Amino acid sequence: MADTKPKGVLVDLTRCIGCRGCQIACKEWNERSVKKTVMYGNFTNPPELNSECYTNIRYIEQDNGGVPVWSFVKNQCLHCKNPACASVCPVEALKKTEAGPVTYNFERCIGCRYCMLACPFYIPKYEWEKAVPWVRKCTFCSERVANGLVPACIKVCPTQTMYYSDFDGVRAEAERRISENPGKYVSHIYGKEEAGGTSWIYISGVPFETLGFNMAIPAQPYPDLTWAYIKKIPAVIGVVIAAGAVSWAITRRNKNMDKEE
Amino acid sequence: MKSENEIKMWTPTTAFLVLIMIFGLVIMVYRLFKGLGAVTNLSDRFPWGLWIGVDVLGGVAMAAGGFLIAGAVYILNMKKYRPIVRAAILNAFFGYLLAATAITLDIGLPWNIWHPIVMWQIHSVMWVVAIHVVLYTSTLATESSPMFFEKFGMEKAAGFIHKIIVPVVLFGVLLSTLHQSSLGAVYLIAARKLSPFWYNSQVPTLFLISAVMMGLSMVSFETILSEKYLGHKADIGILSGLARGTLITGVILFIAKIWFLFRGPGIPAAFNGTMEANMYLLEMIVGVVLPIILLSMKNVRENMKSIFFVDILVISGVLLNRLNVSIFGVYRDQAATGFSYFPTWMEFVVTFAFIAFAIIGFKVSVKYLRVFPKTEAQH
Repeated sequence: MADTKPKGVLVDLTRCIGCRGCQIACKEWNERSVKKTVMYGNFTNPPELNSECYTNIRYIEQDNGGVPVWSFVKNQCLHCKNPACASVCPVEALKKTEAGPVTYNFERCIGCRYCMLACPFYIPKYEWEKAVPWVRKCTFCSERVANGLVPACIKVCPTQTMYYSDFDGVRAEAERRISENPGKYVSHIYGKEEAGGTSWIYISGVPFETLGFNMAIPAQPYPDLTWAYIKKIPAVIGVVIAAGAVSWAITRRNKNMDKEE
Repeated sequence: MKSENEIKMWTPTTAFLVLIMIFGLVIMVYRLFKGLGAVTNLSDRFPWGLWIGVDVLGGVAMAAGGFLIAGAVYILNMKKYRPIVRAAILNAFFGYLLAATAITLDIGLPWNIWHPIVMWQIHSVMWVVAIHVVLYTSTLATESSPMFFEKFGMEKAAGFIHKIIVPVVLFGVLLSTLHQSSLGAVYLIAARKLSPFWYNSQVPTLFLISAVMMGLSMVSFETILSEKYLGHKADIGILSGLARGTLITGVILFIAKIWFLFRGPGIPAAFNGTMEANMYLLEMIVGVVLPIILLSMKNVRENMKSIFFVDILVISGVLLNRLNVSIFGVYRDQAATGFSYFPTWMEFVVTFAFIAFAIIGFKVSVKYLRVFPKTEAQH
C-alpha cells in the first residue's frame, strides 16, 4: 500500500544493459509521440531529451586496456530536493511535491522559460513548434506514485537498474551497495550532494565525469543563489525611501533659503 | 523652439519607421498563431534570444534616464535639469511599454501575462521583475500624465498630480533601483552556465550601475537628437552635467568590473583570445574605457558633437553587455552540444519595429504635447 514518505530512486548504472525499455514505457505512459532523428555516429537516440522524450539512455563506449567497455546512463529529471526550476518559476507552475516529484501545472504557466535557464541539468524542454506550448519534463509519474504504483520506467526495467523506495531508503541502499561490494563502484553517489541533493541518485562502476555527468555542480541548493538577492529587497526599500526623503528635505530647505535671500 | 505645427509629421524617415512597425506587427500576429518556433530560432539550449537581450534587458536599461532625471529634479531639487525632465520621463515610459510588449510577445502563453499579479511566488526573481514592470509602468504613466491632462484642458487633474509628484517620483526611484538590479539577479541562478566574465554574486549591482550610465547617456543622446530633428534648443550646460554624471558612473563601473574580473576568471583571462574574452574586451573598451578617457577631457564634455559620440559609445557598450549576459556568455556551453543560435530576420524586424515605435511615439508627443518648455520654466 502507498506510504506517505517522499519517494526517491537509486539508479545503479552497473545493472543497465541499454535495452531502452524505459524510454518506450515512458512514452506510452506519458502519451508522447516521436521526433525524427538521424544517424550521427552514436547510439544515444534521441541525442538529447526533448519535449516528446522525458528519458533516454546515453550510450558510452570506453577503452579499458584495448577492451571496449560500454556504459549506459539513464537520463531524466533528477527531481531536486530544492529545485532551481520551481524556485525561479514566477507563478508556481513548477512545484516540488511532498511525495517527491517536481510537477508542472500548465494552467499556471506563462511560458517565460526561466526554468530552462535555471536547471543545472538542462531538463525542462519546450514545445517550440506549438502555438499553445507546454514546458515538458519527466513527471516522476506523479499520478502513479500518488496511487501507490511505481513509475513506468522502473516497472518495465528487466534488470532492476532502478531501486525505488523512500528518499532516505535509497540513500542508505546506495551506501550499502558501495560498502558491501568493494571495488565494484566508484566512491561517489551522484545527486547526494549535487545542487543540494536530488531525489534520483546514481552509483556507477566507472567515474561519473567520463559518463557525461556535470561534476561542477555546486552542493549548494540553487534557490539560495537568487534568495541572496531577494532577501535584501526590504532593506533596499527602507534605505532608498529614507535616503530619498532626507535628501528631498535637505535640498528643499536649501531652496527655500535661496528664496529668502 | 519650433511650435507645434513646425514639426513635420510625414518625413521619409517617419514613413520608413511606420513601414517597419507595420511589418513588425504582421510578424507579431503570425507569432501568436504559429508559435515561437515559426518565428524565432530559439531552442531548448537557447531558450532566450534577441528579444530578451535587446528589447527587454536593453530597453529597460535605456529607460533608466527617467528615474534619474525625475529623481534629480523632484527629490534633489536640481533645477538645472527641469527642461528635460518631461522628455526623460516620456522616453522611459515608451521604453517600458516597449519592454512590456516585448516580454508579452516572448513568453509562450501571452494571454497568461497577468498570472504573476495574482499568483505570487516571492522566491522567484522573475516574479519580482514582473511586479516591478507593472508598478513602474503605472508610475511612469502617472508621472507623464500632466502632459496629457494639459493637452485636454484638465488643469485640475494636472494640478493634483503635481501635488503628489514627490512621493510618486520617490516610488519610481525605488522601483527602478529594484527593477534594474533584479534583471541582473535573474542570472544569479545561472551559476556554471553563464561565463565567469559576467557571472558573479554582484551581477545585480553591476546591472544597476551600468543602467545608470546608460540612462544618463540616453537622456543626453535624445536631447541632442531632439535638437537636431525636433527643433528643441539643447542647453550645453545640461549636456555637460549629464556627461559628468556619465563619467563618474563610468569610473565606478570600471573599478567594479575590474574587481570582479580579478576575483573571477583573472585579469589575464580577458586576453586569452576566446570568443567570451573578446566580447568582454569589446564591451569594456567601447562602453567603459573609451567613454571615461574621452569624458575626462573638459573640451569633450563641453562640445555637443563629442558628447553625442560618447553617448553612442556608452549606449552600444551597455547593449553589448546585455547581449553578452543573455547570449554570448552562455554560448559556448550550449554550442558544445551542437545547438547554436542566430536570430531569424523576423526577430530582427520585430526588434526594429519596437525601436521605431519608441521613436515615433516620442516624435508625436513632442509635436502635440508640451514635452519641452517654451522658454520660461514650467510648473
